[in-house]
Amino acid sequence: MNHTLSVLVENKPGVLTRVASLFARRGFNIDSLAVGTTDDPTLSRMTIVVSAEDTPIEQITKQLHKLINVIKIQDLDPKDMIDRELVLYKINAAPERRHEIIEIANVFRAKIVDVGRNSLTIEATGTSDKLAAMEDLLRAYGIKELARTGKIALARGSRDS
Amino acid sequence: MRMSAAEALVKSLQAEGTEVVFGYPGGVVLPIFDALYEAEGVRTILTRHEQGATHAADGYARVTGKPGVVIVTSGPGAANTVTGIANAYMDSVPLVVVTGQVATHVLGTDAFQETDITGITIPITKHNYLLDDPADLPDVMAEAFHIATTGRPGPVLVDIPVDIARGELTYKRPERLNLPGYKPTVKGHAKQIHQAATLIARARKPLLYVGGGVLASEGWRELKELAELMQLPVVTTLMGKGAFPEDHHLFVGMPGMHGGKFTNYAITETDLLLGVGVRFDDRVTGKLAAFATKAKVVHIDVDPAEIGKNRSVDVPIVGDARTVLAAITAELRKMNAEPRTDAWMRVIDDWRARYPFHYHPSTDTIMPEYAVERVRELTADRPTVFTTEVGQNQMWSCQYLRIREPRTWASSGGLGTMGFGLPAAIGAQLGRPDHLVIDIAGDGSIQMNSQELATAAINGLPVKVVILNNGYLGMVRQWQELFYEKRYSSSTLPQDCPDFVKLAEAYGAFGVRATRPEELDAALTAAFDHDGPAVVDVRVEREENVFPMVAPGGSIDEMLGGIPGGPVSEMLDGELLEEVWE
Repeated sequence: MNHTLSVLVENKPGVLTRVASLFARRGFNIDSLAVGTTDDPTLSRMTIVVSAEDTPIEQITKQLHKLINVIKIQDLDPKDMIDRELVLYKINAAPERRHEIIEIANVFRAKIVDVGRNSLTIEATGTSDKLAAMEDLLRAYGIKELARTGKIALARGSRDS
Repeated sequence: MRMSAAEALVKSLQAEGTEVVFGYPGGVVLPIFDALYEAEGVRTILTRHEQGATHAADGYARVTGKPGVVIVTSGPGAANTVTGIANAYMDSVPLVVVTGQVATHVLGTDAFQETDITGITIPITKHNYLLDDPADLPDVMAEAFHIATTGRPGPVLVDIPVDIARGELTYKRPERLNLPGYKPTVKGHAKQIHQAATLIARARKPLLYVGGGVLASEGWRELKELAELMQLPVVTTLMGKGAFPEDHHLFVGMPGMHGGKFTNYAITETDLLLGVGVRFDDRVTGKLAAFATKAKVVHIDVDPAEIGKNRSVDVPIVGDARTVLAAITAELRKMNAEPRTDAWMRVIDDWRARYPFHYHPSTDTIMPEYAVERVRELTADRPTVFTTEVGQNQMWSCQYLRIREPRTWASSGGLGTMGFGLPAAIGAQLGRPDHLVIDIAGDGSIQMNSQELATAAINGLPVKVVILNNGYLGMVRQWQELFYEKRYSSSTLPQDCPDFVKLAEAYGAFGVRATRPEELDAALTAAFDHDGPAVVDVRVEREENVFPMVAPGGSIDEMLGGIPGGPVSEMLDGELLEEVWE
């Protein structure tokens, strides 16, 4: 089962290594990891998506807590979180097919951010499901390159993550 | 006051009460060694290898309860501490390891003697630092000592580039630490403590299963109080040895692979297993699915990650062992709980009487068990610290010594590090100058750090090394005998190479050999009475095995060797058992 961990860490060199190597050492695969500073520049938030059963996830959470630079960990409830991902797609687009691709982008409220002689670059944000659906449609045209940020997430409402 | 970071480091050590530093100098750590040169109240012990320095600091920490401090140079110096750091990490021993590092402007360029020691030691330290500003030194050192010694103790490494060590700062001891992510839980949860007490009051066959956590928290008085109040039998793990006096009537031995049959039976039969500062290690539990299957489990540990890691738990209590034990005792007093283990103790005593440790004495050759027994008897009325190497020597020490006082036992538990015993004895001797310090060694292990005989000799540290010399890597040979059709691949060592008596003498230590049983007492006595370091080369029966033994992956009540008996279901005295339930 997929777990989305929201991990508040001290913004110090080497913290990412400590977190990532802990997952590797304890035999967990990270599906995605996004990290950036918070409103407090001394803190960063990592959003880590990991697939594991409940007992192992409890163990990895406890092990994460032992890292001195880790301040807070939340295993976000999928029903009670806002999660987003940003993806850039560079799509094969001969001039005559541009129009169709732009239409798909519009349906998904994605933006065209670059136009080349034979390509279009689309910026899309959304949940993983939405992005997967869009990617499926775009694949027909040929995806030249793709870059994604990994999921970021916060708990809904006034609850802290 | 303006000073260099190297000088500030010494100030920090003094502020922390550090009396001994174990180390080895080299290029980029010279500013720090220069500051140590005339440091008041801090003695620097130059070992002969950085691994020796780290184990010595580890041994010092185990017998004093104070953090061990190591200072070494970059590159190979730092890399040589890795085994010692890993050893301390596995056994939760507080160390502060300071490593020199190449200058910041060449960091990352593969400079001479550069190694990424913070990267290397992430998985084997509780935390580590790469200092990048001299001004941070007082905070970093205070944090390092705090992290190493609180919660679940462990090693902390501080890497200091040479230009940072030379850099200046105004030294001020930090008033408070800024560690927002580090708040170990000390007090146990009141509801859980009440639940544990209720289970203890009701249990018919309770058993305290005690590990290093009780020693780390200095909870041995609280343990004794609880055990005596409720007459609870106590088993101590290899790491817990000394937490409960081994001559106490409630002491039921060491569990696990080479533990007592009576101990393993008690674990298999108990209805309430009270794990205190233990981690349900595989060498203790054997096959997990068959471990203490009749028991409800209470698990007390300061490290939440240990609870439920290997064994599911009925009452988890996160907290400091000492504090929690005291709280449970207070709760039981409040409940006016009374001991009801009389019949259970008789069951255990019956097992103990029928299945003691056992070997076949000989008048021709020295049995290794006999040698350890003689060491025990000859030191019976002297305050003694025992260290061990790893392998058969260690297991016979566990079986045949009697550790009567806390912090008088230092043995490499989790990592199983050959070469630990001698440097650990050196550290222990510095920590406890009034004690006789004896390293029970094997002829294999001792050669992994025998260069430290020089450290002992030069510093006048009268440690005694008793080598059970069987001309084999004994435990390896035992496994090869039992599980690899006696194919002794790479496990034979000539008993005469080196000549351990001459080796001792080469370092200016006293060397003596015993080859026949009647020579043993005189040799041991001569070594123990000698006023400097001594080595006793005890030529023991070569192919003796450590028994009883749980086969790897086996259930702990089904042991090979020893006095025939088991599994526990066949070992119960029906009448006695009925009394338990009366």
